[in-house]
Amino acid sequence: MHTVTRPIIIFLCICLVMLLLFPAVGSPFYTELVTRIMILSIFTISLDLLIGFTGLVSFGHAAFFGIGAYLLAILFNDVEHINYWWSLTLTLSMTGMAALVIGWLSIRTSGIYFIMLTLAFAQMCFYFFFESPHFGGDDGIFLMNKPEIMLGSRQLVDLENEHHYYYFVLAWLVGVYLFLSMILRAPFGHVLIAIKANEQRVRALGYSTPHYKLVSFVIAGTIAGLAGFLEAAHTSFVTPAYLGWHESGMAIMMVILGGMGTLFGPVIGTFIVVLLQDFLPGFTEHWKLIMGGIIIGVVLFLPNGVAGLIYSLTNRLSSKSKEAGREHV
Amino acid sequence: MSDQKKPGISRRDILKGGAAAAGLATASSLIPTRFAIGGTAKVKVGILLPYTGTYAKLGTNIKDALQLRINENGGKLGGREVEYVNIDSEAAPPKASELTNKLIKKEQVDFLIGPVHSVVGMAMVKIARKADVITVIPNAGANGLTGSLCAPNIFRTSFSSYQPGFPAGQAMLEDGHKNVVVMYWNYGFGKETAAAFKSSFLAGGGNIVKEIPTPFPKVEFQAYLTEVAALKPDAVFTFYAGGGAVKFVKDYAAAGLNKTIPLYGAGFLTEGVTGAQGAAAEGVRTTLHYADSLDLPANHRFREAFMKATGNPADVYAVQGYDAGDLLIQGMAAVEGDVKAKAEMIKAMEGATIDSPRGKFTFSKAHNPIQDIYLREVVNGQNQVVRTVQKAVEDPAKGCKIG
Amino acid sequence: MESSFYLIQLLNGIQYGFLLFLLASGLTLIFGIMGIINLAHGAFYMIGAYLCYWLTGITGNLFTGILLAIPLSILFGYAVERLAISHLYKRDHLYQVLLTYALILIANELQSIFWGNDVHSVPIPELLKGAIQLTDNQAYPIYRLFISAACVVIAIAMYWVIQKTRLGMTIRAGASNREMVQALGININWLFAIVFSMGATLAALAGMLAAPVNTVYPGIGDNILIISFVVVVIGGIGSIKGAFIGALLIGLADTFGKVLLPEMASMVVYALMAAVLFWRPQGLFGKV
Repeated sequence: MHTVTRPIIIFLCICLVMLLLFPAVGSPFYTELVTRIMILSIFTISLDLLIGFTGLVSFGHAAFFGIGAYLLAILFNDVEHINYWWSLTLTLSMTGMAALVIGWLSIRTSGIYFIMLTLAFAQMCFYFFFESPHFGGDDGIFLMNKPEIMLGSRQLVDLENEHHYYYFVLAWLVGVYLFLSMILRAPFGHVLIAIKANEQRVRALGYSTPHYKLVSFVIAGTIAGLAGFLEAAHTSFVTPAYLGWHESGMAIMMVILGGMGTLFGPVIGTFIVVLLQDFLPGFTEHWKLIMGGIIIGVVLFLPNGVAGLIYSLTNRLSSKSKEAGREHV
Repeated sequence: MSDQKKPGISRRDILKGGAAAAGLATASSLIPTRFAIGGTAKVKVGILLPYTGTYAKLGTNIKDALQLRINENGGKLGGREVEYVNIDSEAAPPKASELTNKLIKKEQVDFLIGPVHSVVGMAMVKIARKADVITVIPNAGANGLTGSLCAPNIFRTSFSSYQPGFPAGQAMLEDGHKNVVVMYWNYGFGKETAAAFKSSFLAGGGNIVKEIPTPFPKVEFQAYLTEVAALKPDAVFTFYAGGGAVKFVKDYAAAGLNKTIPLYGAGFLTEGVTGAQGAAAEGVRTTLHYADSLDLPANHRFREAFMKATGNPADVYAVQGYDAGDLLIQGMAAVEGDVKAKAEMIKAMEGATIDSPRGKFTFSKAHNPIQDIYLREVVNGQNQVVRTVQKAVEDPAKGCKIG
Repeated sequence: MESSFYLIQLLNGIQYGFLLFLLASGLTLIFGIMGIINLAHGAFYMIGAYLCYWLTGITGNLFTGILLAIPLSILFGYAVERLAISHLYKRDHLYQVLLTYALILIANELQSIFWGNDVHSVPIPELLKGAIQLTDNQAYPIYRLFISAACVVIAIAMYWVIQKTRLGMTIRAGASNREMVQALGININWLFAIVFSMGATLAALAGMLAAPVNTVYPGIGDNILIISFVVVVIGGIGSIKGAFIGALLIGLADTFGKVLLPEMASMVVYALMAAVLFWRPQGLFGKV
C-alpha cells in the first residue's frame, strides 16, 4: 500500500492550486468539462476505496451513481425551489440504503463471484429504470430546476453559475478526498487494508470482516450517489445509461489506469481518460485505436498506473535532494 | 475522409454557384450593414452524429448527404464558405451534454446538426434551447423533441415516432387485417411507434390480439415467434431497426410464419437492411415517409448524386441529412449569410418548402415535417411503393407551446 | 395446443441454452480454466463473425469459409497472447481487465476500417436450408438444429480434452500453480499460449457458426460479452460441466421468462444469477 509521502503532498497541493486557478484562464467549455471530470473523480475515488483498499472489485458501482442521479431527478422533478440540504440528505441516505441492501447480499461472495454479483444487481437496477414506464424509460428524465443552496434566506452558491458550480464541485472533491484519507488512516482503514492483504488472518484476529466490508461498501456507494447527485444537478438530465455496465467498467478503467490504492490516482486516471476522449477525436475518425494503444502502453510499461510513475519520479527527486542535502552538511 | 470528397458537382453547378456568389457580392455592396455584422468568416456547422458502433452507418450517410446538398449550393451557405466540425456522438447518452457543449461553447458553431439517437437528442435539445443555437435534427424521432421540448430554434427534417406508426393502423385495416399482434423493442422509439399505431388501428375498429414488448436491444426472438404462431393473428405489426430488424425478419421467415401471417412494420424494419435480409424480406410491408424507388425527379437526381459522391446507395437517413442541408441553405439565403439575424432566419425556415427526394414537404408549427406516408412492400430486395397511405401527416406535437 | 406450445418453448429454451454454451465456450477456457478476465471475448466473437462473412463471400460456401477462418483465428489468438497477455500473468488480475478492454477498442476500429459499418448476412448453405414443420403454421429451421449439434460436439470435446487427457491435466495444473508445472519441465509459456489461442478460436468459431442466424454488424461482440460471463459464473469457474448446465438453465429461464413474465424478461437472467450465487457463492459446480 502506498503512503502519502511529502513530495506527493507537494504534488497534490500544486494540482489543487492549478485547479483553483483554472477557471480564471480556462474557456467556458473547459471549465465545464473539468467540472464534469471532477464529478466523475468523486465517483472513481469512491470505487478506489473498494478496489484499491478493501479488495472488493465492484462491477456495478455505476448503479449508485445512477441511483443518486435518479433520486434527485425523480423526487424533485418539478419542484420549483429545491432545498439543497434537504434534497442532498434524502438522496444520499436513500442511496446508502440501496448500497446496504446490495452490499449485504453481495459480500457473501468473493473474488470474481463478487464482481459478477454486483454486476447482476446493477443490471437489474438498469433494467428497472430502462423499462419502467414511470421514470421516463430509456429516454431519461429531466430535472426542471437546480437545487438552491440557502443559508437562512441568503443564497450561498448559485448553481446556475458555471464558475460557482466549478468551485462547489472542487470543494466536494477535496472534501471527499480528505474524508477518505482520514478514514483510511483510522483503525477502521487499517482493518480494510489488512482485509485486502489477507482476509483469513484478519478474521483469525477476531475481526468480523463482513461488517467492515459492508461498511466500506456503503460508504463507497453513498459517495458514488453524491457524484450522481452532482451530475444530475449539473446536466439536469438523467438516463438509464448512467447505470449501465459500460459506465461501471469505465470507472474501473479509470481507477486502474490512474493507479489503484492511492486515492489520488483515480482522479488522475479520470482526467486522462476524459481529456483523451475530448482530444483524440480531433485527429482521426478511428481515435479509439489510439486510445486502445495508450491503454496497452500504460498496462505494459507503468506497472502501478500513472500514480506509480508519479511515486517513482518523486522518490527519485526526493532521494536526489536528500543526497544533495547530505553533501552540503 | 469522405467529407473531403467533392461530391459530384457538375461544372454548371460550380458556374451557377459562382454566379450566385457574385450576385451576392454585388448585393452586399448595396446593403453593407448586413455583411458588416456577418463578416466574411466561414459559417460553422457543428455535426454531432455517431460514427462508431451500431449507428455508425446512419451517421456517415447523414453527414455525407448534408455536405452533398451544401456542395450542390457551391459549398456555401448564404454566400459564405462553410466549415464543418464533426463530433462522434458514439450514441452515448452520458456524454451527450458534454459533446453538445463542446460544439456550442468551444467551437462556437452557428448551426447544430444531430443526432441519430433520441436520448442523445434529449440532452442536446435541452442545451441548444438554452444556448439559442439553430438546431436541425436529421434523425432522432422521439415525439418529445418537437413536442414538449419544442422551441423556435429547433427543427427536424426526419420524422416523429408518431408519423410512421399512426398511418400503419389505417394501412393494415385497408389491407383487411383485423386481428393483429403488436411486437416492438421495449424502448422509447418502439413504444411511441406502437402507441401511434394502436391509436389509429383501434379507432378504425381493429382488434389487438396481444401486445408483446421485447427487451431492447436483444435479438433472441424464438420464444415470441412461437407465441405468435400459437395466437394465429391475421397479421403482425412490428417495430425493429438495424441489426435487430435483419434478425427478426430472418427468424420470422425461418419459422415459416411469413407464409400464413403477413408481416408489417414501421419502415425501419426494411430500411437499409434488405440486402442482409435477402429473400426473407420479400413481401414485408412497411410504412415510411420515403422509399428508395419513389418515382420523383428529385429522388432520381438525389440518388444518382449521392451514389456518385460516396459510392454508396442512398437511404432514408441520407435523405434526412440532405434535407437538413436544404433547410440551412434556405434559411441562410433569406438572411444573406447573416447568422445574427436569427429571428428572420427562423421565420424563413418555418416557411420553407423542401423539395425533398421523399416529395415536397413543409414544417408544422412545432417544426416537424408535414409529410406523406407511403406503404411499401419489399419486391426483389427493393422497397416498392404500394400506395400513399396518408397525405400530409402532421405530428400532434403534444405539449408544444410555440405557434 | 397448450401442451404443444410449452413443448415448443422447451425446445426453444434448450436450443437457446446450447447457443449460449457455444457463445461462452471460449470464455470457459480463458476465464474459467486459465483465470484471465478476458473482456475481449466479445471482440474475438465479432472477429470470427466478420471473418466468416468475408471468407464465405469469397469462397461462396460457409464451410470453406469457416475452415479458412479457423487458422486465422488461431494465429490471431496466439499473437494477442504472446504480445500482450503473456506479460500480465504475474500481476494483479485487474490489469487484464484494462488490457483486454483496450483490445475491444482496437478490434472494433479494425473491423470498421476493414469491413465498414454495414449490416451483413451470411447465407445458410443449401444443405442446411430447410425447416421441419412443427405445427400447422410454425416450422423449425434445420440450421438451428445444426448449431445445437455443433455445440454438443464442442462441449464433449472440451470436456474430454480438459478432464481426460494428459494435456488437459497439465493445463489445469498450470492454471492453479504455474511455478510447479514449470518446475516439472513443461514449457508453460507455450502451454498458456496454446490454451489462450484455443479459447480465442472457440469464441471466433461461435461467431462463425452463429453468423448465418445472427447477422453481422458493428457491436455484435459487446452484446454477448456479459451473458457469456454469466454462463461461466453460474456454472462455477473452471467447470465445463457447470458452464453447460448453467447455459441450459439460462436458456430455459430466459425463454420461459419471456413467456410467463414478459414485463420482467430482461431481469430474469440476472435475478437467476443473483439467486444461484446467493445460494451457492461459488457457482453450481465451482470448487470452494
